[in-house]
Amino acid sequence: MSGATQIIEDNGAMTYVPFVIINDDQIFRIQLLIKGAMCAACIQKIESAVSRDPRVQHVRLNFTTGLLSIEWKGDKSAVDEFACDIKNLGYGVSYVRALGKNNDDQSFLLRCLGVSAFAMGNIMLVSIALWSYSSIEMGETVRSFLELAVATIALPAIAYAGQPFFHSAYSVLKTGHTNMDVPISLGVILACIISVIGMFQHQEHLYFDSAVMLVFFLLLGRYFDACVRAKATSAASELLQMMVQVAQIETENGTREYIDVRNIRPGMIMHVAVGERIAADSEVVEGSSEIDMSLVTGETIPTFVQIGSGLYAGTLNIQSPLRVRVSKPASDSLLADIVRLVEKAESAQAFYTRIADRAAKLYTPFVHAMALITFVGWYAAGLPFMECLMRATTVLIITCPCALGLAVPVVQVLAISRLMKMGILVKDGTALEKLSKIDTIIFDKTGTLTHGHPTLINRSDISDQDMQLAASIAAQSRHPLSKSIVAAWGGDINTIKATEISGSGLETGDGVRLGRAEWCGVETQSRQTDFMELYLSIPRENRHVRFLFRDELKEDAVQTIQTLKHKSLNPMILSGDREAVVRDTARTLSIDSYQSDCRPENKVHFIEDIKAKGCHVLMVGDGLNDTPVLSAASIAMSPSSAIDMAQNAASIIFSGQKLHPIIEAIDMAIDSQRKIKQNFALAIIYNIFAVPLAVMGYVTPLVAAIAMSSSSLIVIGNSFRLRRGKGQ
Amino acid sequence: MSVLLFLIPLALLLGFIGLMAFFWAMKNGQFDDLQGDAQRILMDDDKPLK
Repeated sequence: MSGATQIIEDNGAMTYVPFVIINDDQIFRIQLLIKGAMCAACIQKIESAVSRDPRVQHVRLNFTTGLLSIEWKGDKSAVDEFACDIKNLGYGVSYVRALGKNNDDQSFLLRCLGVSAFAMGNIMLVSIALWSYSSIEMGETVRSFLELAVATIALPAIAYAGQPFFHSAYSVLKTGHTNMDVPISLGVILACIISVIGMFQHQEHLYFDSAVMLVFFLLLGRYFDACVRAKATSAASELLQMMVQVAQIETENGTREYIDVRNIRPGMIMHVAVGERIAADSEVVEGSSEIDMSLVTGETIPTFVQIGSGLYAGTLNIQSPLRVRVSKPASDSLLADIVRLVEKAESAQAFYTRIADRAAKLYTPFVHAMALITFVGWYAAGLPFMECLMRATTVLIITCPCALGLAVPVVQVLAISRLMKMGILVKDGTALEKLSKIDTIIFDKTGTLTHGHPTLINRSDISDQDMQLAASIAAQSRHPLSKSIVAAWGGDINTIKATEISGSGLETGDGVRLGRAEWCGVETQSRQTDFMELYLSIPRENRHVRFLFRDELKEDAVQTIQTLKHKSLNPMILSGDREAVVRDTARTLSIDSYQSDCRPENKVHFIEDIKAKGCHVLMVGDGLNDTPVLSAASIAMSPSSAIDMAQNAASIIFSGQKLHPIIEAIDMAIDSQRKIKQNFALAIIYNIFAVPLAVMGYVTPLVAAIAMSSSSLIVIGNSFRLRRGKGQ
Repeated sequence: MSVLLFLIPLALLLGFIGLMAFFWAMKNGQFDDLQGDAQRILMDDDKPLK
């Protein structure tokens, strides 16, 4: 619930008009990104909310990508009404630029897969006859005809469906290196050439079926891999999309207009409405308000600002409208600094090599060497050239890396889809691999270990009557403490007129005040820093009521930390909040090491220091101040209540108000890596038996094809033994 | 055996039609939103008969 409302506030005054596309047919089009759609009812609610408008021609929500396409006639600015309707339903709306190349690659792979599946099925049909009877039994003419049929299917199909391998092999050979696609391409092409020659020489066995089957199985693995990768969109590029925002500025003749954030210049006068994020670092010139800095500093309590106060970009105005003068352009703001930190941290991540790539690096020279030895050896032993080539090709095909090409993606897809059913979204294919290696877990405090918003903790000391009065007054304010009073009351609310005085509190017509201690005339002796407090003063009855708040820990926080310690993982806290609060949290959770008052760059340095000591770090965080750290850590997780930027920087996102998904994800990661290693072992065992036979020349194309596909099936079968998880 | 000359091309043609149908479906966006379609089948948007 709190997640949904937060998103609404984030997009307080966004206008989407600049992003509307218009074509010659006078129809306006836009694609909006919808957050929070979970089920069929959500799809229906969103679509019917928009299509209720008679101007709307077409509306459809793509549930997989979360993109809502709207087409309408008439007025360009209607898009803001649509967005507003959707926000009022409780969903988040934002604009992203169209997704690029990634998608095209994936659909090309699917196309190739379709072609190779068609070819494989039809070739099998004909091949049964070819393998069952010799040419004497079926007659030379029939056999030639069947072989011709196989060749006409296989050659064009391989030419088309083999492209992903041929392109990759060609481009890597051009740079003077080699990868797994080189032996694959070589094997497939050689098999085709030998088979074509063999067809004209009326030889007994042809290789077309093996070649097509090889391409099909490898494409299957490649396609799964692409599916996983498509989810991993670059955090840095999405951060820049987030910057595509608008700000309301005052023009010279006094009118207000919306401009793109990137066009903001220092000295401009900007209006910041309640619920809006501040677009650039600036200084208040008129008005006073409270600013929610939590996403930048991690501090839960809002900061009071007045004329002359400096504001950071990315912070949220929660109380009253402000008129501010921009002091730095958006590209120099704290937000842009954070983007730069993220980019820097990401480029360091790029050096990570996946286990499959490392295995391929060892495997490729071995395959080439074996094939070459076979060819040279048999040629030296006096066999005819064609026969030697045939045996070398058999080696290439039979050593085909089905485990590398198929097993890793299958395990990944299974693990990721099972985690998704538990509400854990894995965005990055390498995430599970990295997660299985971690030894240190660093938590952010606010919003990760805690709920991220204050909760009333002394409700039992307050009478219902006082509670109702306080809630009725508090209902008029957007201050987090006010909101938590309203939430704690939950009953009927009277209509009371109250005025909000910035930095102090709320006051009604008859002098009842709800606010800070001094302002309510209460003498406080000891200021307890771990608590937040509010007073309700009722002058008529000459008494005060004290309301105590605390940012409460998530229910299973203590238990989760215990379990992590049992798994001999080392938990730590890294927070931007004050020392006293962080110390208290760490003690409750029995976490020994913690750091408080951290700025984003301190956090990055801290993580880099630990990583330099050889630790693999999992960072769990949710705020803007965590974003660079999330990118700098070996692997990062975010709760789904986190801001968009943190979610983009994290590889794994978990939903719900609990922390145990972290343990589920770690267990699944460890198990999936175990399965991958088993698959490699199976593949190696298979090769130990198959390769010598192939080198000796005992393997006919039939045996090669059967052995290859059965090894693929064994590897897939083993992958399906992956744990199902407790969520099922 | 001459029936093979007729039947095998026919079998291939049928398979080819299937392949074309698959391409058409892909181009038509049938595979764009698999999860969404799984959900949409649950939507009950038709009005009851009176």
